[in-house]
Amino acid sequence: LIRVRQDSCDVAVIGAGMAGMAAALFAAQRGLTCIQVGNSGGLLFASGLLDLLGVHPVAEGRLWQSPFAALAALAREEPLHPLARVDALSIRSAFESFVAALGGAGLRYAPLGESNRTVLTSIGTIKTTYGVPKSMIAGADLLDARPPCLLLDFRGLREFSARQIAAALSERWPGLRQGQIEFPGCEALPELYSAHLARALESRQTRARTIALVKPLLGDARAVGFPAVLGLARSGEVHAAFEAGLGVPVFEIPTMPTSVPGLRLLRALEAVMSVRGVRRYHQAGVRALAFDADGGSATLDLERTPGARDGERVRARAVVLATGRFTGRGLSADRAGVRESILGLPVQQPDSRAAWHQRDFLDPSGHAINRAGLCVDDAWRPLKADGTPAWPRLHAVGSILAQQDWMRSKCGSGLAIATAWAAIDQVGRELRGKGAG
Amino acid sequence: LNSPKNTETQVLIVGGGATGTALARDLALRGVDCILVEKDDINSGASGRNHGLLHSGARYVAGDRQTAMECHAEGAILKRVAPQTIEDTGGYFVAVQGDDERYIADFPSLCARAGIAARAVDLAAARALEPALSERTIAVFELPDASIDPFRLSLETMAHARSLGARLMRRTRVLGFEREGRRIRAARVQCGGEQLRIAAAQIVNAAGAWARELALLAGAPIEMTYFKGTLLVTHTRLAERALTRLRPPADADILMPGGTVSIVGTTSTPVDALDDVEPTTAEADLIVAEAAHMLPALATIRYIRAFAGVRPLVGSAGAAGGRAISRGYELFDHEDQGLDNFATITGGKLTTCRLMAERAADLVCRRLGVTRPCVTATTPLPVDPQCGWTEPGRSPRAWMRSHTPDDTLLCECELVPGRAVDAIYDALRAAGDVPTLTDIGLRSRVGKGACQGAFCAPRTVAHLYNRGDFEAGRGLAEIVDFFSERWRGQRAVLWGEQLAQAELMEALHCGLFGEELHWEELRTEAPRNAGIGGATGDAPTNGGSP
Repeated sequence: LIRVRQDSCDVAVIGAGMAGMAAALFAAQRGLTCIQVGNSGGLLFASGLLDLLGVHPVAEGRLWQSPFAALAALAREEPLHPLARVDALSIRSAFESFVAALGGAGLRYAPLGESNRTVLTSIGTIKTTYGVPKSMIAGADLLDARPPCLLLDFRGLREFSARQIAAALSERWPGLRQGQIEFPGCEALPELYSAHLARALESRQTRARTIALVKPLLGDARAVGFPAVLGLARSGEVHAAFEAGLGVPVFEIPTMPTSVPGLRLLRALEAVMSVRGVRRYHQAGVRALAFDADGGSATLDLERTPGARDGERVRARAVVLATGRFTGRGLSADRAGVRESILGLPVQQPDSRAAWHQRDFLDPSGHAINRAGLCVDDAWRPLKADGTPAWPRLHAVGSILAQQDWMRSKCGSGLAIATAWAAIDQVGRELRGKGAG
Repeated sequence: LNSPKNTETQVLIVGGGATGTALARDLALRGVDCILVEKDDINSGASGRNHGLLHSGARYVAGDRQTAMECHAEGAILKRVAPQTIEDTGGYFVAVQGDDERYIADFPSLCARAGIAARAVDLAAARALEPALSERTIAVFELPDASIDPFRLSLETMAHARSLGARLMRRTRVLGFEREGRRIRAARVQCGGEQLRIAAAQIVNAAGAWARELALLAGAPIEMTYFKGTLLVTHTRLAERALTRLRPPADADILMPGGTVSIVGTTSTPVDALDDVEPTTAEADLIVAEAAHMLPALATIRYIRAFAGVRPLVGSAGAAGGRAISRGYELFDHEDQGLDNFATITGGKLTTCRLMAERAADLVCRRLGVTRPCVTATTPLPVDPQCGWTEPGRSPRAWMRSHTPDDTLLCECELVPGRAVDAIYDALRAAGDVPTLTDIGLRSRVGKGACQGAFCAPRTVAHLYNRGDFEAGRGLAEIVDFFSERWRGQRAVLWGEQLAQAELMEALHCGLFGEELHWEELRTEAPRNAGIGGATGDAPTNGGSP
């Protein structure tokens, strides 16, 4: 016997990465009832930095100080890029709403402005980004002024070497010093894990001991950088305590994924979903998705584990597909080609696998496979081969969309947040037009 | 003009593959002083880009009995003197429906005539022991094939030679020879930023596929044909034994265990140039389709990389697909070309590298008047703990058994501890080298697991910075260099799970780190591996080591 529980909502969001979370948030903010399906583990790979648009065009590797000027250029030169199809005002509203919601869940971001910011990465490169967590903002744009600055790491935190970052920047930034300290209480451990350190620093005592170890190293430093381990749930408090204790601005540098900033983002977004009343089926996958013959509503059959007999059934008046690309499982590829994983929607893609990837991993023009994906109409509805929408109430957002290369453009979060905003705006109008919701 | 620095030796060996290193050891054991120059690194050519199959010889019984018998004898010798480099898996020769029945019927007697014991195996028993074999299997014979780690073999062979006084110069390419009458007096070589002159009484060309160019530099041309062979590495090990399709040698008919993975191939395509030899998607498709006849799971299994090498075969083109040219080796004394102290040893198989070295060393010793005989067939190859990190599965065992409290794990796919990297780095440093991340990759499992270096490469670099080994912006340059080499082997097999893995790698290294924005500036720095005589060499990727 197959047990089926039934649930219903205005919008079913499939996917719980950045785009799925943004879509569910924006839907709930509009008063739409929302169910979210999918594993949110992909967020652990986020850095906490919210890129909007840093590079355009990709082949030239041109970096932009103003993401909005970059967006205007993108709209002129690549009108089919998903971000080019969202107006600037909507993008600003979407980002403001998103970071406000995170702030409400205890993950504060620095005020969003007109400019991109530059931050240090853990291998000593400079990253152009837009939304910067408050705990990282004191490190933003430091390379412009290059003040005396101290970078620290903890012995045993394998993927983060302050020495590496300082060495990589030594020519451009002579005042950048580095040091290494033992993490209090972990002196005997060969390997440290960032999430463990982040939790430990929520203890006032561990914090005080750490600050005491840093103080003698301060010298003339006008700011101090740490790997991103300054607290987890109470990162705001931990960060403030470090600044108060050291008497200089303190900033975090994201570590390699999965990182503490990713964990914070995941926790904050889960809290937002909970507060907003989004019902989450976070361990479930979609076994089947079918629309009513009139295209009015959809039925999603969920499974707890692949092949499980019992599951849930969700009725939804609209569906937002935010399932991501290959890592997120929204797209799947075999030797013959790329498929959309749930409905088998047409995927725009190169003619043959030989054209998927460039000969060089870092080829400036990027890999053609990364621009493969779903084509959508102006209402964000995936198109069939004949160019008409697959279903009237099926929408797609985020990285599954074609015509973009978010990794090279530095626009991952922007793509997720902006397209989620635009699609939910569309869904809201559709459902309101039908008189309910 | 700078006058080049001088050094001298009795024998100059060119080429650091299986043959060149074996020759250095052979000569060193006979008390002969030698220098080995290698334009890239140990096993950069075909020696590092093969199945790792220690042949029983049975593959060649029908077409080339001489090679079959040599492989058989040499396989047995290596199992005795270098057991640490070998996993004595045994092998099955497997025929499936549709394969040539006459070939199958003749096979046992052909083996017998070559002195090779082939034992027919009951089909049900064979499939019980190797469940991946096709249901359409119609004949199975057991042969004494085995798996050999070619990197460990060459690294340990060279380490032994060095302990006996032989000198190794990596990243050193021959620019030209000084010839006087019938003798070459010296070689001019480029070593890093400087030129050196190496005077030698004898010179041996063991440059593998590059032997043709080197012989030409010496003014003694030889005829060689190049065939590219591509192989795929699976994510998991599919079979316990060396599995060979029971038919005349053709594409994709060998599946080798390589520690925790399997290696399947090869293809055979004639190529003119030695550069730009990389696996293609078409070759990967061909291997998957063809090999799935013997092992159906190969159609759906996850692959983590591909690699391609060039078979240096002696002789002229025209032979069908290169399969018909002899796998036998060739020793040229070049005396009929007016040279009395130059020799070329090339062709052959990994399995016969010791024998090839013995023949070359015999010639050189005769010319030098050295009468000590070859002892490599009986002298055990000493185990060198620093050369053991290439072995798949060693690290986890070593880690579980004996990791010290202050040791850290740098690679989580293959469990490479920090002390492995330390040992490799320090050994290279002690020999006067400037070790790179790519060097460490060749001598360990760093970058060999499913993540292909996405996580362990930055971790290893951070580790080396913390040790004070890396300075300034070198780390980024090393990571970029390492990935560009690893990538060549990934492109052809990026579908399914491995495509998701590659996407994750790009999200980290491009999305977060923005390495592609530094690519142009970094790749224009030191131009690497300009090959002998101007040919560009295939860069070292350790492709062959799974």
